[in-house]
Amino acid sequence: MHNADLIVIGAGPAGMSAARRAAALGLSVLILDEQPAAGGQIYRNVDRASAARNDILGKDYTHGRTLTEGLHHENITHLMGAVVWQIEDGTRVAFTQNGKGALAVGQRILLATGALERPMPLPGWTLPGVMTAGAAQILLKQSGIACQGAVLVGSGPLLYLIATQMVRAGVPPLALVETQTTGDLTKSMRHLGGALRGWPYLVKGLRMLWDLRRAGIPRYVGAKAIAIEGDQNAQAVTFKIGKSAHRIACDTVLLHHGVVPNTQAARSIDIPHLWDGAQNCFVPEYDAWGRSAVATVFIAGDGAGIGGAKAAALAGEIAALEIAHGLEKLSEPARDDTARNLRKHLAAERAARPFIDAAYPPYAGAIAPPDDTIICRCEEVTAGDIRRFAGLGCLGPNQAKAFGRSGMGPCQGRYCGLSVSQILAASNEISLDDTGYFRIRPPLKPVTLGELAAMDVPDMNEVQN
Amino acid sequence: MKTVSPFLEIDPQSDHVLVRFEGQDLSLPLGENLAGALLVAGVMPFRHTPVSGAPRGPFCMMGACFDCLVQIDGMTVQACMLQVTKGLEITMPAARGAADA
Repeated sequence: MHNADLIVIGAGPAGMSAARRAAALGLSVLILDEQPAAGGQIYRNVDRASAARNDILGKDYTHGRTLTEGLHHENITHLMGAVVWQIEDGTRVAFTQNGKGALAVGQRILLATGALERPMPLPGWTLPGVMTAGAAQILLKQSGIACQGAVLVGSGPLLYLIATQMVRAGVPPLALVETQTTGDLTKSMRHLGGALRGWPYLVKGLRMLWDLRRAGIPRYVGAKAIAIEGDQNAQAVTFKIGKSAHRIACDTVLLHHGVVPNTQAARSIDIPHLWDGAQNCFVPEYDAWGRSAVATVFIAGDGAGIGGAKAAALAGEIAALEIAHGLEKLSEPARDDTARNLRKHLAAERAARPFIDAAYPPYAGAIAPPDDTIICRCEEVTAGDIRRFAGLGCLGPNQAKAFGRSGMGPCQGRYCGLSVSQILAASNEISLDDTGYFRIRPPLKPVTLGELAAMDVPDMNEVQN
Repeated sequence: MKTVSPFLEIDPQSDHVLVRFEGQDLSLPLGENLAGALLVAGVMPFRHTPVSGAPRGPFCMMGACFDCLVQIDGMTVQACMLQVTKGLEITMPAARGAADA
């Protein structure tokens, strides 16, 4: 069994930065992360990536090394390949590593579980050859794998980033099929002040667009009625711009229309979540230090609302200050003094976000997909099925499970949860907060009987003390 | 299975080991991500769904979607969460009745 002052779940920017600060303040820190190396998805494999990969991925990626280096501290234990499947009493974490179950006990827990790609259900999105844009980036970071002749579909800065990286890798995408409209851009203009305060992001965005133009990558903006054709594999993307129909033959389609908080762990311990209309997703409730309704559990980073890697690292550090203060390792004035400066940087990091959220909203056609589009990839439940359940009186996502198994497959609703809630809310004309979300129960990831049998189970009386 | 893959390695390493997918010998880079290595080797689909038998391949590459499930040593596992080791015997999970990983 493992014991620590602080257990950090997730070794992305928020988790790494929190661990570093907590360790420096004298706390023992245990980091549990699913991947074989620190970095999270944004800085995935950053310590081991080759020079060629770093050139393609750029400085914003290699910046992650400043965080991974911070983990080499005598107070930090980083368990890699550790898959968390249960959190109990706000202090106990059960996980699997190397085929064996294990238990960790901490005085505080920090959830730094990051983001997931927003589900983008389109006709044909379950076909082999269709992946998230994030998946293509992970292939590049983790394995140096690039994808020839892909079409990028959706909206947002990540779409431009991966396109420019593909250009640098010598495998430019065939085209960008973009769903944002000029109307979205007009609406975003009222947030221009914030965008100007977050000007480095604006400059980066404009530079990426310029790079794509120079590379001659066709951009189709304002695409609607997007579908992916294919039988055994993706064969083409079809869409409309205004009244004209387009078809681009391709065998790889990369989808992206924003990322959303990965709330599975937080929801599994009944931390309340609220609908965030600006970000179009549910976010957990927490205070200015990241403390959740479960007093010993904190949340930081994109799992607490999308802000990006740098904002995540700052939020992780702020949470670590309060955790150290609560465990009597840091005085209140010292906590507040350090936090003040971090909060100033955090506000600057977040300044451009309302502009980005408004300029690149989710694709309306994937928020309200055609009836025959699969919503739940695991159980193959369609948008029409969910609407039919609503017509039969189904009010919420948990009831929808009984009607048709959506969210009951191995992914446990990670890639259908938001779609099910949004389709039910629209059909029933009930708010997202009243419609709610799947109730998430442990195990958060599948665990085998063999892994449980191999678990080092301590004396439970000892654990409860 | 396809023979020509759109996925290619930009900085290939030399150490390859032999594994088998559905009885076919494949030479994959040792220690690399299994799902990525299978994509480069031209493997697609990875499985067929237990509900309709539809073909599927990797989708999220971060352990969340469970679409890259394969079977190794009788266990249904996520290929994107594993590394290539020598002599892996990989099969597609049985199309029906194999939903539980």
